[in-house]
Amino acid sequence: MVLRLHYNLEKLSMGLVGAIILAASVGGLVEIAPLFTIDETVEIPADLRPLTPLELAGREIYMREGCYACHSQMVRSLADEIDRYGPYSLASESAYDHPMLWGSKRTGPDLARLGGKYSDAWQVAHLTDPRAVVPASIMPAYPWLMQPLDTSGLPGALATLARLGLPYDEAMIAGAEADARAQAAPDGAGTDAFRERHGDRPVQRAFDGDPSRLTEMDAVVAYLQSLGTQTEAARLAQEGTAP
Amino acid sequence: MNLPASLTTSERQIGIGLSAALALMGLAMAALARDSVMALHGTMALVLGLGLVFRLGGVLYDAPPADPDRVLRYDDGPTRFGIWMTLAWAMVGMVAGVWVAALLYWPEATPPWPATSFGRLRPVHTTGIIFGFGGNALIATSFWVLQRTSRARLADALSPWVVLIGYNLFCAWAVTGYLMGATQSKEYAEAEWYADLWLVAVWVLYFTLYMRTLARRAEPHIYVANWYYLAFILVVAMLHIVNNIALPVSWAGSKSYTVWAGVQDAMIQWWYGHNAVAFFLTAGFLGMLYYFLPVRAGRPIWSYRLSILSFWGIVFFYIWVGSHHLHYTALPYWVQTLGMTFSVMLLVPSWASAGNAIATLNGAWGKVRDDATLRFMFVAAVFYGLSTFEGSFLAIRPVNSLSHYTDWTVGHVHSGTLGWVAMIIFGAIYTLVPQMAGRETMAWPKAVEWHFWLAVLGTLVYVIAMWNAGITQGLMWRAYDANGALSYSFLESVQAMAPYYLLRAMGGAMFLTGAVICTLNCRATLRASRSRDLQNDRPLVAQAAE
Repeated sequence: MVLRLHYNLEKLSMGLVGAIILAASVGGLVEIAPLFTIDETVEIPADLRPLTPLELAGREIYMREGCYACHSQMVRSLADEIDRYGPYSLASESAYDHPMLWGSKRTGPDLARLGGKYSDAWQVAHLTDPRAVVPASIMPAYPWLMQPLDTSGLPGALATLARLGLPYDEAMIAGAEADARAQAAPDGAGTDAFRERHGDRPVQRAFDGDPSRLTEMDAVVAYLQSLGTQTEAARLAQEGTAP
Repeated sequence: MNLPASLTTSERQIGIGLSAALALMGLAMAALARDSVMALHGTMALVLGLGLVFRLGGVLYDAPPADPDRVLRYDDGPTRFGIWMTLAWAMVGMVAGVWVAALLYWPEATPPWPATSFGRLRPVHTTGIIFGFGGNALIATSFWVLQRTSRARLADALSPWVVLIGYNLFCAWAVTGYLMGATQSKEYAEAEWYADLWLVAVWVLYFTLYMRTLARRAEPHIYVANWYYLAFILVVAMLHIVNNIALPVSWAGSKSYTVWAGVQDAMIQWWYGHNAVAFFLTAGFLGMLYYFLPVRAGRPIWSYRLSILSFWGIVFFYIWVGSHHLHYTALPYWVQTLGMTFSVMLLVPSWASAGNAIATLNGAWGKVRDDATLRFMFVAAVFYGLSTFEGSFLAIRPVNSLSHYTDWTVGHVHSGTLGWVAMIIFGAIYTLVPQMAGRETMAWPKAVEWHFWLAVLGTLVYVIAMWNAGITQGLMWRAYDANGALSYSFLESVQAMAPYYLLRAMGGAMFLTGAVICTLNCRATLRASRSRDLQNDRPLVAQAAE
């Protein structure tokens, strides 16, 4: 009976097409559709902050250089991972990540809890020549990160992300370039405006060691130092379980 | 490229029109681009379009192919071009792969230029292999198989060329973009938004051509191989479109942001990622297997019923399993469990396919022993069976806790891509290239034997090195000492990888050597073409082009 049905189906190209689409849609619909009730199922923590323009520029460079191919940003809920990296990652922590950078391979260690773990100077030295700091490292060197940062794309980037639902307001979009410069130049002229738009939590430092210039290194290090610090939700939820 | 020879004067005119449109599109992109990536990509389209205009324009008024001649033959020109592109991309993808593998052992060898950094070359390797090597092989063989199993000529002469040239433009845009730093950073879907849109257009044309040709078939039944090719075309379209929905920052720039975020993005990415394995690297290649293996063995497929079972099993089950890439992550637990369950169930249709292929060889084992080409396909079926077993095993949650993030996954992927996908491609190439050249055998039959053993040995060295690497990493990461502290720093696990990374690069180099031999052999064979005996290799009914 079933064979007979299939015997006839094989004579109908559009029938095969329809049947293939039907059979291949069920799984995706069942698994993906419920995730779109995400607003109800994943509570966005009150303290979750979007990346600052400088950190976002750093994230773009992180993607450009393909860092995600060797570094994950997703601590699994396993004892050894919590002991090694810190609290396991929550869905809400990457709610603002377009795209997510959870990664799939750890040729190098996980970076989800990297923020604050090493000094800026260490990060700069390590990115410039990893084996100068960690002799056994197999990470490539990124000496070209010392080139000036092109900030011209930042307002557009923030505006696009705002259209996708991120809490960037008009002032943040308009001031994106100035804020990128201000975050890497402590005590500079733009500090007050930067703090007004982005609050007290983002760190403001001369990430590459020189406040007078804005380099790609500033952006990458600012981004790396922000990892795991956009919300305290994971740490608070796992108080006592984490080191 | 013998593109113009098979076209009539009016088809050449339409071709010139399309090429001019491509050149104009490229000019507009290059002129309006706000970044160097889009400017380069516009220039590439412009040069390609102009090149085609001159190529076609130069022969516009040459004698068109004599009509009776044309309709009595299958249209194999596009397949021939597609096979060349397959081999060209094999070189690009495999050289990039061996090079980045070597960099993991000799990181100091990285030149100080951004474009040659590991992170930018790695997607060149994956895209070059999956889309360049695999995709061209699928499209080229699908045209060959479609015509022969339908006993009908392709529905028109121009669109197969548009599909292949358009598809290769997509691949070239993708890899040059990565070198310049343009990437969506979604694994195996890194190409930027306009390249993705371009691929959708190419794909719609490919699907239309497939359906139009099927509609002209002289056989009442659609052969199994075509079911798989159809599933490949349809589901890849669905996956590609959903995963790549993005909002460009500017219509004149390459940068875009995916509309998906966080956990949704992770689920959609791996729904895409694993089904790229399923419908790009499995379904399409099963179509190839279901045609070329019986043809080469000279025996019909062992079980028709089993092929029905495995086809629908694969189409239905595979789509559920992507979430096994996200065990113990922030993805809801029930979705992980579904992914794991279906991954295990998937073993049934997978082994039904592998078993069906191997059982087809019953009674032809003498040929498997003597014929390296058939042996390529036999080994492909065996590796298909082994990789799918390993895949189901790795999808089980506790196993995955050890294997995930390690090189075991890399080993698993390569047992599939080297052992199954590449082997079946080489088997298909060694079957159809001599036929295309009107010869009994390849120009250098001994070289096929050499290629076979290099490929098998390279794959085994690669996979075994990565098993050891992955299990070592997994065990070192989770080891605790007597005091309850972690036994090893991460760096110690990196240092432990050195011998395996060296072995892996050597295995890859062996496989690459085999592929180089194949390319040279194909060149020699096609250069020594004889006139073909079309008595048994022609459409059943002569049909005029539409």
